[in-house]
Amino acid sequence: MKKLVLSTLAAALAGGMAMAQDKTIRLGTEGAYAPWNFVNDAGEIDGFERELGDELCARAELTCEWVKNDWDSIIPNLVGGNYDVIIAGMSITDERDEVIDFTQNYTPPDPSAYAGMSEDVDVAGGVIAAQTGTIQAGYVAESGATLVEFATPEETIAAVKNGEADAVLADKSFLAPIVAEDADMMFVGEDVPLGGGVGMGVRESDTELKETFDAAIQSMKDDGSLNELIKKWEVASTFE
Amino acid sequence: MFEFCSDPSVLGDFQWLACYLTTAKHANLYFAVGLVLVLLAITAPTALAFGFGAATAARSKFRPLAWLAHGYINLVRGVPDTAFFLFFVIALDQAFEWIRHKIKCPDWDQPIRQGNDFIVCQAAKLPLGEADQWVHEIYGFFIAVLTFALVFGAFAGNVLYGAMRTVPRGQIETAEAYGMTPRQSFWRILVPQMWVYALPGLSNIWMVLTKATPLLFLLGVEDIVYWARELAGTALPKFTDYPHGDWRMWYFLALLVFYLGLTRVSEIVLDRLMIKLSHGQATTGGEALRKAAA
Repeated sequence: MKKLVLSTLAAALAGGMAMAQDKTIRLGTEGAYAPWNFVNDAGEIDGFERELGDELCARAELTCEWVKNDWDSIIPNLVGGNYDVIIAGMSITDERDEVIDFTQNYTPPDPSAYAGMSEDVDVAGGVIAAQTGTIQAGYVAESGATLVEFATPEETIAAVKNGEADAVLADKSFLAPIVAEDADMMFVGEDVPLGGGVGMGVRESDTELKETFDAAIQSMKDDGSLNELIKKWEVASTFE
Repeated sequence: MFEFCSDPSVLGDFQWLACYLTTAKHANLYFAVGLVLVLLAITAPTALAFGFGAATAARSKFRPLAWLAHGYINLVRGVPDTAFFLFFVIALDQAFEWIRHKIKCPDWDQPIRQGNDFIVCQAAKLPLGEADQWVHEIYGFFIAVLTFALVFGAFAGNVLYGAMRTVPRGQIETAEAYGMTPRQSFWRILVPQMWVYALPGLSNIWMVLTKATPLLFLLGVEDIVYWARELAGTALPKFTDYPHGDWRMWYFLALLVFYLGLTRVSEIVLDRLMIKLSHGQATTGGEALRKAAA
């Protein structure tokens, strides 16, 4: 095994010498948060952020590649250098901003909403499901309700449906198609405004990449193509 | 896959299912089954080799080597797998990149650690940033095998160490009486006889290993449990041609059958191996075989 390690390392070293220096930007996403990002029938990453990311890369003249990563370890793997950008419906918050940098937002700040099985759910004191490490989980923890956390968005919905939780708090755009499809599910309580919109996460040291994407997002905002994309996927309200 | 799949919404149940189960997304699941089996096939012998090395070193007369082996066995057994996987893999990956960085970019003047960020020059990236996705996946797979082998090697090492000490002293004494050197008596007497004592412990480790593959997703390797969960989740008509509800129960049932099947096959193979190893041994198993033959 040792020998294998060394020879692989040697081969990798030798192979790398000849390679060109221009770089491919690796885009990290979760792939489990429709309509933002999900895996389609063809097994490929699809959704609002897939289209947005491809367009931004085209405008910035970058070669981009998509990578799937678990939500839990999505920030550690960015700072560790396994990919260069997080584009996974990640809201811009002060807490995250201390660890990584964000580009300007590509969706405006949008409300989160509670969804439950009956109208009279007590969202302030009941049991509320949310995905681990999201702004919604942070909000529930402080609201006085009992928080139950799950690793994937899918499981938060399942928890409500099997009675483990009274309601789920998530981005309204994620819940809307579920509430529309499922006769048992409905929006309950008031919407909650959270976060500063969704942006791309980059390493703090990567200011050049951040500026490149900032400019690309700005150009999409200016010519209205970003608003069209937002409308097409129904992920958020549009920019004015 | 099939010709009639072009519009799934008008199909009958059976045809719908046939189309559904042959989407490219499902192919990922089937591929993951193969991936897990290949991983097990590579990891098991590697871990055994690690364990054998550690057990042999732990018996060494050269004290520092024995301490090192004991240290490895006890340290790795004591750390939770998840913590080991998260920490060790990132550390290992960064160690490789750090070495490459030092060799390839001697003129680099910026610090490698900038706050939370770990930054090496582009040429030192492993795999290279512009490499195809499959290269990244092979690399992740390789790291996974190495990590699994290290973790399970420590457990195997402890089992083998105990097995080596269980071989009756009389056997070694006889070997010495025949004039064998310590090396000869180790390879000719001790090693062939220890397996029968080690096998129950090793079979336990094997069973745990077969079920440890969901840890792979921490390394970005998508195993069968990941794909089962991904496929089973509620699929809304907006995002797929094959909408369905929460089907996790069915997918996990299929996983259950897969793992039970794997367990059964392992049991059969291990039982046969046990009979083979027991022949002529001074154990109750060996005695039973002798009586049955007589």
